[in-house]
Amino acid sequence: MIEIKNLCKRFGSTEALKSLTLTIPAGQVYGLIGPNGAGKTTTMSILATLLSADSGTAVVNGVDVAKEPRKVRRVIGYMPDFFGVYDGLTAREYLSFFASAYRIPEEKHERLVNDLLELVNLKDKADTFVDNLSRGMKQRLALARCLVHNPQVLILDEPASGLDPRARAEVKEVIRQLKYMGKTILISSHILPELAEICDQVGILENGRLVVSGPVSDITSGSQETRIINVEVYENQKEMLEYLHKYPGVLQADKIEKGVRLIFKGKREEQQRLLKSLIEKNYPILQFAVQPGSLEDTFLAVTGEGETI
Amino acid sequence: MIEANPVLLKELRQRFRNYKAPLIFFIYLLVIGGFILAAMYLDWRHFPSTFNPSRSREIFIVLSLVQLIMLAFVTPGLTAGTISGERERQTLNVLLTTDLTPGGIVISKMISSCSFTLLLLVSTLPLYSIVLIYGGISPWQLLAVFSFYVVTMFLFAAIGMASSAFFRRTGVSTVTSYAVTAFLLAGTAFLAMFIYEVTVSNVYPRPDTLPAAAQLLLDINPVVVLMCILGEGPMLDKHADWFLPYWLIYTLFYLISGLILLWWGSLRLNPLRKKSNY
Repeated sequence: MIEIKNLCKRFGSTEALKSLTLTIPAGQVYGLIGPNGAGKTTTMSILATLLSADSGTAVVNGVDVAKEPRKVRRVIGYMPDFFGVYDGLTAREYLSFFASAYRIPEEKHERLVNDLLELVNLKDKADTFVDNLSRGMKQRLALARCLVHNPQVLILDEPASGLDPRARAEVKEVIRQLKYMGKTILISSHILPELAEICDQVGILENGRLVVSGPVSDITSGSQETRIINVEVYENQKEMLEYLHKYPGVLQADKIEKGVRLIFKGKREEQQRLLKSLIEKNYPILQFAVQPGSLEDTFLAVTGEGETI
Repeated sequence: MIEANPVLLKELRQRFRNYKAPLIFFIYLLVIGGFILAAMYLDWRHFPSTFNPSRSREIFIVLSLVQLIMLAFVTPGLTAGTISGERERQTLNVLLTTDLTPGGIVISKMISSCSFTLLLLVSTLPLYSIVLIYGGISPWQLLAVFSFYVVTMFLFAAIGMASSAFFRRTGVSTVTSYAVTAFLLAGTAFLAMFIYEVTVSNVYPRPDTLPAAAQLLLDINPVVVLMCILGEGPMLDKHADWFLPYWLIYTLFYLISGLILLWWGSLRLNPLRKKSNY
């Protein structure tokens, strides 16, 4: 289980995390989505004990990452977004080295390494030098490396980035198997449709803030607290946009062709009050509708149009 | 030390598996062996029927100095990229999330680099035996010179390790390590001479002892100390009598400084310290 409360991190004048609060129950797969610079890697680095937070707390399996980093390292498997491999070591030696680094007795290495290589479908590459493996194979080997000490929590930063569709599918399959094994997984990705398939819950990070969080189905159906609402008007679009910008609960409001698209955070009663308020202001409303849609649509709406998916 | 083993084994495996290790051995022995054979050949050309033991001693002295300079080139070069290289290859973060401590990582890498350098030193022993055959050198002197090399190598390696932990780029780390090593080899002697010239050379009658700062600088200069071990005396004026013999001051300074640098390098490697970028 991962519990993050009011986590803040600043790099010089840039606020990377702004009071981030997030809970991932044990055995769940949580997908963290966001554009570059949103704070995904910062969050994961703090959880992996590679970075200290300025304030707030992060707890993994009941252990505070700031207070007992060594204990946390024993229960997490971390895969960074960019990683290298060691020259001159075979896949078998590579995994065996990390097994030793986690103090696993030497006599258990052979069986453990064989099992892991089988899990990630690299058994036939056991004696190949790691620098000779393809990128997809290296990614899978890195996943196997995360598992050498059988951690309960996995922190996977963009595990499928830069892979061709086949390699991506293979990585996805391994993650699916890990999910069945009951691991708690925090995964970040730009490949949104794939996250929707694997994850139980997703969160959208924007400028260090968690804008949307919840089960994938809730986010795509708009039935959770944060939702996208399209308001269509036939005139006074600009005035309404200015009014909505100041309205409590409106996280973001953007002009669209025939009205305004807004991200609203609030209960259903508050949504009803918003509609009432717009009518009272005499805006000529033609339509007021919660936008259902794919995770991709939600992501685009929350983070702006420019992000590559 | 038990926790240092995985990294140590990996480093040794990687270091001795690629072509660079035999290449370094080949070049190192070629330079030193070439020097001995060339010196002996020149001597033989002048005196074809005899070999003077005092010439053997001269060759030994110059050979020892050449070995020291080679050590100063090889040792920081081997250690200056150990941590920064991990950073550049993007393997350090993963290593730091394992059960290994930063101190364990630093010590393992230090041992791996030093064992390679030690092997280089040992591999030159047969070359020394050529000089020993002709006399003029005692086995004790040879032992003292090799002990001196081990102590010197420790600090040179620690300088490279600390620099590697401090700087992000191996290039900057290597240049810095060589600069500090050069300061120890030459800078300390120049500085000692400068202090001597400024404070003592115009004083009449000349004092029997050197200024403390100059003496300390000479006592930590590897060339001066090596010459003293070889019985060639101090570089400047009369050797001052200090509270400890010169070789002990040298040994203590090099070992303590080396340990401090390794400790500092471990602190720099801790990911949860306050970070700064270089």
